Amino acid sequence: MDFLNSIILLTNFIIVPGITYGSQLALGAIGVTLIYGVLRFANFAYGDLMAFGTMIVILVTWFLQSKGITFGLLPTALLALPVGILLTIAVSLFFDKTVFEYYRNKKSDPVTFIVVSLGIMFVLNAVVRIIIGPNDINFMDGHKFIMKAREFKQMTGLNEGLALKSTQVITLITTIITCSILFYFLNKTKTGKSMRAYSNNEDLALLSGIDPKKIVLLTWIIVSILATVAGTLYGLDKSFKPFTYFNNLLPIFAATIVGGIGNPLGAFYGGFLIAFSEIGLTYAYKKFFKYIMPEGLEPSTLIQFISTDYKFAISFAILIVVLIFRPNGIFKGKVI
Amino acid sequence: MIKNSEFKICFSVMTVLTILVGLFQSWGIALSMLNLCLISAVMAMGVNIQWGFAGLINFGVMGFLAIGGLATVLISVPPVPEAWSAGGIGILISGLFLLTVVFSVLIINKKIPNHKYKNYFIFVIIILSIPLLKFIAGPSISKIESINAATSGFLGGANLPIIFSWFVGAILCALVAFVVGKVCLGLRSDYLAISTLLVSGIIITIVKHEEWLSRGVKNVIGLKRPVPYEVDLQNSEWFIKLVEFLNSSKLSNVLDFDERTSLLNELVISSSGVFVKLCFSLIFLAVVLIILYFSEKALNSPWGRMMRAIRDNEEAAKAMGKNVVKQHLFIFMLGSAIIGFAGAMLVTYDGLFTPSSYQPLRYTFLIWVMVLLGGTGNNYGAILGGFVVWFIWIQSAPFALLVINIFTNHLDETNYIREHLVNSVPYFRYLMMGLGLLLVMRYRPKGLLPEKIIKN
Repeated sequence: MDFLNSIILLTNFIIVPGITYGSQLALGAIGVTLIYGVLRFANFAYGDLMAFGTMIVILVTWFLQSKGITFGLLPTALLALPVGILLTIAVSLFFDKTVFEYYRNKKSDPVTFIVVSLGIMFVLNAVVRIIIGPNDINFMDGHKFIMKAREFKQMTGLNEGLALKSTQVITLITTIITCSILFYFLNKTKTGKSMRAYSNNEDLALLSGIDPKKIVLLTWIIVSILATVAGTLYGLDKSFKPFTYFNNLLPIFAATIVGGIGNPLGAFYGGFLIAFSEIGLTYAYKKFFKYIMPEGLEPSTLIQFISTDYKFAISFAILIVVLIFRPNGIFKGKVI
Repeated sequence: MIKNSEFKICFSVMTVLTILVGLFQSWGIALSMLNLCLISAVMAMGVNIQWGFAGLINFGVMGFLAIGGLATVLISVPPVPEAWSAGGIGILISGLFLLTVVFSVLIINKKIPNHKYKNYFIFVIIILSIPLLKFIAGPSISKIESINAATSGFLGGANLPIIFSWFVGAILCALVAFVVGKVCLGLRSDYLAISTLLVSGIIITIVKHEEWLSRGVKNVIGLKRPVPYEVDLQNSEWFIKLVEFLNSSKLSNVLDFDERTSLLNELVISSSGVFVKLCFSLIFLAVVLIILYFSEKALNSPWGRMMRAIRDNEEAAKAMGKNVVKQHLFIFMLGSAIIGFAGAMLVTYDGLFTPSSYQPLRYTFLIWVMVLLGGTGNNYGAILGGFVVWFIWIQSAPFALLVINIFTNHLDETNYIREHLVNSVPYFRYLMMGLGLLLVMRYRPKGLLPEKIIKN
């Protein structure tokens, strides 16, 4: 019984939140890594692109709600998602045409790209704050819990409860669907293969007749879809605040580099690695050890590796360790 | 230096902007804007030394500014004896422990030949030392934080004049930059940008949450000043006489004695604020000029030529026998020290240390906009960028309000869109910054005052 209790405890406080947060980070990191792989720069405006997409989704959600349209048990935001994706694609392509294309044709160095992406970051930051304001917005509706901790306790008769929020399940399912489509596309279809070829060796790809314009267009479309989906899922699970989205850029970058920059599968694993280490290292295991240790040997301290204040710092530290020991990332990415 | 036309451009722009604001808004606002412009100019020069001279991207500006700010607390605040007696020894022991760990890692790294598992061994030592450190320091930290938690709850500082802290901040930053540089400088440009950004995130987290050291989110207020306080000025004879003398024409018009004293009082109060800011301006101006002088000297010296050679072609410089790694590390430390100096200046001017206010947008990327807009590799450019960008940053909200009012004039006062726009006026500054940066990068990629190529 104690053993089961301890397992449930870990599931409730580490595994379920870890999978949710990990999926959100993974979706974001795949976007950053695709931009890096195909367009060859680190896009600092990505966090704000996520915020922009989520903002559109929220606005459409409010519009739908005012018309009395809801999605039953599911959050209305899922209905609004396609509109958000379309507008985010439009914005990405607009910035690509007006800003990035010029530097791409000039073959500028990566630093210039970073700097102009900072400019776009400022602009998007302002646009989001002007349109929707800087405050916390909760736009989750529909059914909140699939299983409450109390219900679980009654059902199983265990001491520990397992709460399952519907957003957590939605996040997981959406991530599985998005990632399977994406990896199928990249690995099995001709267009996806040409995209990878372009990312791998630009000149060789051009020689084999791959149209770079088409590849760039496709990349922005995929990246915008990922950004909007990741942003919306994060907003549903926690809440929407432009500043948090900007801050999330940092663990996303960490996940990207840890997984090997330019490598989508690596970014996927990187997201989960970062999420689980953030949650796992800041969790206080006192209760867990109380269950599994024999009586009299229970710990008196919290058994917490580092306090929750340092949650963000963990992902940064992991990144630095990876950069020192394996600069190409755990899963080999582009050679630095 | 005075003959230099760029010097003239810089400082005439600064004077004109200050006078304009002084005439149209108020002299208090104008001087506080000028002071922040001067501080920003120092920050921009620090970044410019790293990026303009050596081509190193440092997105960790925020972290170094915070370290400089922390130095003001550690130097100028009076110590808290109760906290020292309660947990001082514990903190010292854990400090010693930390030093031992660092030195043992260094020794292992140096002495043991390249073994397959050496890195993993070091990694395990570092990982194990974190919970141990917490175990050693934990009780004393909670003791310190529980002493007068509402008013102090930290160890305090050394109770020295706050000017010292500027230099201490610079030294601390140079030390941190040494460690960061050792780890990160080998990376390619964009990785360096990301990793320094993340390192600054770690620094901010530490400053924010180690309350025994910095009071963390509880902030430190009422820091010392290198200039007189307003209250002291208002009670000092010579200052009242000075104000009386300066406003003698205004005062002589008032005949009634009571009215005259009350007017004089008002004038004394308002001009004491201006006087304090003026004192700050003079100090800051001196700092800017001194750093500018040495920076220009360095840029035109053989060392400066070597740095530019390394920046423009690392391989060639290496082939000529220059130690690129060492020079990069040195210039990274130098630039960070100047940034830390500016961070201490900023906190001194504000009179309070608020760790939670350090955000990358304001304290990293804005400084970068200053450097890029002003002109990379040109000290005058960095100063001009500091002035212009801070001016736009401050003035864009009133400007945006004006524009909104012109465009929505036909709309009702309570119109939803108009109200919403007026409420979001503060965010137009981000828009201005972004657009400014994009336009400059497109049409004047070398900045407003581009780097001068010296041909011998």
